[in-house]
Amino acid sequence: MSPVASYRFCGAAIVFVLGTLFSPPIEAQEDKEFPIRLHGFFLGNVAARTGSDHPTGEEGGRFILADGRLRLEASGDTGGGSLSFLFKGDLFYDGVSDDAHGLVREAYADVSRGWLDLRVGRQIVTWGVGDLLFINDVFPKDWAAFFSGRPLEYLKVGVDAAKAHIDTRALNAEIVVIPFFEPDNLPGAERFFFFDPFATIRTRVLEEPATTAGNTELALRLYGRVLNSDVSFYAYRGYWRQPSFRPDELPVPTRLGGFYARLNTYGVTVQRSLGAAVLNVEAGYYDSRDDPEGVDPVVPNSQYRLLAGYQRQLASELSLGAQYYAEILENYAEYLNGLPPQLSAQDRVRHLLTVRLTQFLKYQTWKLSLFSFYGPSDRDFLLIPEVWHAITDRLSFTVGANIFAGENRTTFLGQLDANDNVFVAVRLDF
Amino acid sequence: MNKKAAILGFLTVAFTTLPTRAPAQQELTPEAIVTRAYQIAHYSGHDMKARVLMQLINKAGKERTREMTMLRLNVGEAGEQKYFLYFHQPGDVRDMTFMVWKHPGRDDERWLFVPAIKLVRRIAANDKRSSFVGSDFSYEDVSGREVEEDSHSLMKEETLDGRETFVIRSAPKDEKGSEFAYKHSWIDKESFVLWREEYYDKRDEIYKIFTADEVKEVQTHWTAVRRTMKNVENGHRTEVTLLAVDYDVGLEDSLFSERYLSNPPARWVR
Repeated sequence: MSPVASYRFCGAAIVFVLGTLFSPPIEAQEDKEFPIRLHGFFLGNVAARTGSDHPTGEEGGRFILADGRLRLEASGDTGGGSLSFLFKGDLFYDGVSDDAHGLVREAYADVSRGWLDLRVGRQIVTWGVGDLLFINDVFPKDWAAFFSGRPLEYLKVGVDAAKAHIDTRALNAEIVVIPFFEPDNLPGAERFFFFDPFATIRTRVLEEPATTAGNTELALRLYGRVLNSDVSFYAYRGYWRQPSFRPDELPVPTRLGGFYARLNTYGVTVQRSLGAAVLNVEAGYYDSRDDPEGVDPVVPNSQYRLLAGYQRQLASELSLGAQYYAEILENYAEYLNGLPPQLSAQDRVRHLLTVRLTQFLKYQTWKLSLFSFYGPSDRDFLLIPEVWHAITDRLSFTVGANIFAGENRTTFLGQLDANDNVFVAVRLDF
Repeated sequence: MNKKAAILGFLTVAFTTLPTRAPAQQELTPEAIVTRAYQIAHYSGHDMKARVLMQLINKAGKERTREMTMLRLNVGEAGEQKYFLYFHQPGDVRDMTFMVWKHPGRDDERWLFVPAIKLVRRIAANDKRSSFVGSDFSYEDVSGREVEEDSHSLMKEETLDGRETFVIRSAPKDEKGSEFAYKHSWIDKESFVLWREEYYDKRDEIYKIFTADEVKEVQTHWTAVRRTMKNVENGHRTEVTLLAVDYDVGLEDSLFSERYLSNPPARWVR
């Protein structure tokens, strides 16, 4: 565990301990009831490759995932609700790497006073209106978990942060202050095939932003109801959560220096009912602060991101969601000029379409769903068919698949082509 | 009190209650009867807080349960309402919240909060016939089907389990937009409580039966604290029990907001 990571873990643990120490007596006075609610689940989760190729190395076997997991959740609050806490932690055995881990998913304390809710500790924040497409949700994600068939909740990663939620007649706002940087978790070479232009270079150093006042990430959201629509405005100052790697020499580098480039974002979302359906619109500007001119090939280009989504029920228990998404590079000529020969150029405008179909059956004890991403620009796609069944209220299983394809191995989904997998999850709640 | 006043008092009561009572009932149109029943079932009090237990039982007797806190606020005179639901169990929906803004005459607005990923989003609301959380009750059964959507006629007056009732036949004005071809409702002549409802399909066969199994007067409001919806075709049924119910608890409009959807207030939902 790195010093930063252990510091973060300690912070989360302290919040949990404080929460457990201080909540019970207060609650006991108010309600004379034992206040802590304990819950959790056991989760068995396996994902197997359907292709015959495996990554080399110890974790490159048939299985991408083989987890046995125990989730523990504790929460409590004072009867009036002015103080509360929540802790969610996982203990799990990873059958692929053959070791056991503990992980604090969330651990925070809430203080509510009139128009203000304050939340301190490890917390998950989700913003924006996209379905698996994120523009103004600048918070960390675990794509490795998502692509290997873990339940959806594992796509989101908590941040160690303080959040203020302000709710007054004049202003509704959320302000998130994140002193400790948390990157996205991307599929790694141990378990996934993906495109790496510098695959032969083993010497890599990846540096995260130091925990200093100047590096603290700030995210702001203002929201309200305007003409029967839910409207939000967003601003963020922080970092790209996917690393940039700078080769020491070109054209034959020997070492890659990885870092997270600075990023500011500004955006807006509108969500409203349109007759019986729901319409979503989201837009954002990604201002790549370490390369405003777009001349540095290593740092991502500044870009506009747009999304329009439509969601409706087609019949009883059958619903449809469709989305169009676009990324528009701001400095395209500079991007093309600086592009290293190892990389193929992306289009100035990158389009993406998604469709989700969901069908419930048998008193909602069965759910059939199909999610598809299709990239007309990159000519790649991802299909996720899934069947979920609740055997009882406590016991359920999910069977599904991640099917990737693309014409080109350098595109976002196309590079994952050889990672098709079938997954199973069995969950027992308590 | 002197004799004159007493006699005057008696006469006043006699003339205002006794002679007018019977004609008043005769004058009640079927629409008025259904409206009274609808008001009692869905609009009693200014607000309501209830702890609701739903037992979903299949033909073989296998049972699933949903337990939730339901908060309801009447907003204005036009029948607008706001609903807030917090789920206590089962585990996979624990801490989930759901909010509906009911708009008579047009589509409702619905929001859902998924606690595992801290996501608040609007969800499409067009099909009111969809099952409510996998039960035999539809969304429409929970928040009420608007009286104007059907044509009502008085079929007969009947004694049901020792209670005097009106039996009303209601048929949708828009046949395509409804699940049933027509329904029969047994509405108490005294309290206007809906005791029983039978839903018929196009083949004139009953497919769904609602019964109020226990009705109590809570703070002057007649309340069906136990009720059942039974699917006659497959033997599945859903029993709803109000473990606790209170009216006029002082819910505020601000409660029905994104803030509380994503951070449900312990004071109201526990």
